[in-house]
Amino acid sequence: MSVLPLRSKLRVVQPPAPVLTFEDVWVEYGETVVLERLSLQVALGSFVTLVGPSGVGKSTLLRLVIGLEAPARGRVLLDGEPVGAEPGPDRGAIFHKGSVFPHMTALDNVAFGLDCAGAPLLGRLFGARRRAAVAEAEAMLARVGLKEDRGLYPSQMSDAQRQRLALAQALIARPRVLVLDDPLGGMDPGVRQDLQELIGDLWQGRDLTVMMVTRDIKEAFRLGTRVIALDKRRRDPQAPGRFGATAVYDFVLDRKSPLGMLSEMEAVQEMVDPSPLFSEWPELTP
Amino acid sequence: MQRLMNLRPKGGARLLLGLLPILAVLLLYLGASAAWRIDGDPKSAILPPPTAMAGALLSLTSANPATGHAALLEDTALSLGRLFAALVIATAASLLMGLALGLLPFKRVAWGPLLRVVAAIPPIAILPVLCVAFGLGEGTKIALLVLGVAPLMIRDLAAHIAAIPEEQLVKAQTLGASTWQTALRIALPQALPRLIASVRASLGLAWVLLIATEALAADGGLGFRIFEAGRRMQMDVIIPYVAWISLLAVAADFILAQGSRRAFGWAHPAPKISRGASR
Repeated sequence: MSVLPLRSKLRVVQPPAPVLTFEDVWVEYGETVVLERLSLQVALGSFVTLVGPSGVGKSTLLRLVIGLEAPARGRVLLDGEPVGAEPGPDRGAIFHKGSVFPHMTALDNVAFGLDCAGAPLLGRLFGARRRAAVAEAEAMLARVGLKEDRGLYPSQMSDAQRQRLALAQALIARPRVLVLDDPLGGMDPGVRQDLQELIGDLWQGRDLTVMMVTRDIKEAFRLGTRVIALDKRRRDPQAPGRFGATAVYDFVLDRKSPLGMLSEMEAVQEMVDPSPLFSEWPELTP
Repeated sequence: MQRLMNLRPKGGARLLLGLLPILAVLLLYLGASAAWRIDGDPKSAILPPPTAMAGALLSLTSANPATGHAALLEDTALSLGRLFAALVIATAASLLMGLALGLLPFKRVAWGPLLRVVAAIPPIAILPVLCVAFGLGEGTKIALLVLGVAPLMIRDLAAHIAAIPEEQLVKAQTLGASTWQTALRIALPQALPRLIASVRASLGLAWVLLIATEALAADGGLGFRIFEAGRRMQMDVIIPYVAWISLLAVAADFILAQGSRRAFGWAHPAPKISRGASR
């Protein structure tokens, strides 16, 4: 009896549990090691951007979160539970391409998540529930700036419009974690900036944790509250697959929202909490 | 001077260019028909003149006093009925099997090899088996058509479903879709336009099988009539029948193509890029 109050007191003092935890994760394809010794904790509501050379395993890390890849060793935890071996509605995903359904109008694309949740047998809502779903989907379309385009098919839209649609579609399912795999790659600068702002706005308004891969380092610092660089710490020139990549830099940016006033240089200077892994090896390639 | 490959015919020129070869073939036929006669007798022509065909066509389309039906219409109804029944069965089978095979790896692994073997069998080769099993009635003909067409359609549709980008299937699951919901809302709608294309592609084979089975085991139908007429050297019957079949096939293809465009506009996006300036 005397232990209980003590326990509850301890619970109050504990920091909030991380949403996502990577515990010494290794990913291997046969002989090739893709990720090694990856340990990360991602706090609720953070916007993590992942950068690194191409082919280093950024997308693999996202696939671990989605459940398309299982770690060879270690665990990936979502809210303390291992993520399942398949995708689920608690983890939304947007890819570089192909994130929307070509045979559905914009409205149906967004309403699909509601259909799935509400109509396990027919796959589609009807009557008053359908009208409520349409209203919600329309509000979401308006939120991403596609109010007038509800009747368009994806093939009638631009790349940027399709990614806006994908955002609306993903967010209506209220995922706990949203995974973005280079969603703005290859877009024109102006369009890209608009979408960056949209992503930042959408993220801020809700209890959403975001993990985003980008090839644009400026974008990573502009959007992220935490920037993680993946790279190999060790290389074997005779066997490129011998060693895998891990988080070599971990910048936690001292601000609560993305798109802050900090320039990248200031952000780097304000870098806090270098990864504990840092002490294990001296600095290698940045 | 533009390159030849960038020159495009427009409006009236298109129509004229399309008509010219047809006219040329008709003229060639008329010439051959006049030249190629046994003892110069128009009645025994190997390539009968249009007048003879018109006469035969008139008698084929007017009601036979004995039966009260016109032979051509009766044959057409019989043949199209068989074709339609077989295609409905084949389409339903390919939709069910194609969806299951395309979406479920377990099904694919289990049924793929069998289907591969069945699809490789020349359908006509099993006609005797079908005759023994189903007799000489309608069952045999429809079964032959189904067995000939369905395996190809199933495999085509399964391959199409399996080729749906992984992103879409993952996306559906991240939105909470079950296997059933994914099949119903993602795979099925994307299968339908492909199914129509698959039916269009299979129509040619279906016609071949239909004519063949009617020639071998039937007492009515377009194929039956053609082979009957062949035994009596009635070229003036055969040629209008062949032309009629070709017309039916073209019409069926056109209707399917238009239906697909109308019902599944998303699957037929307007072409965006044209080579060169097309003024």
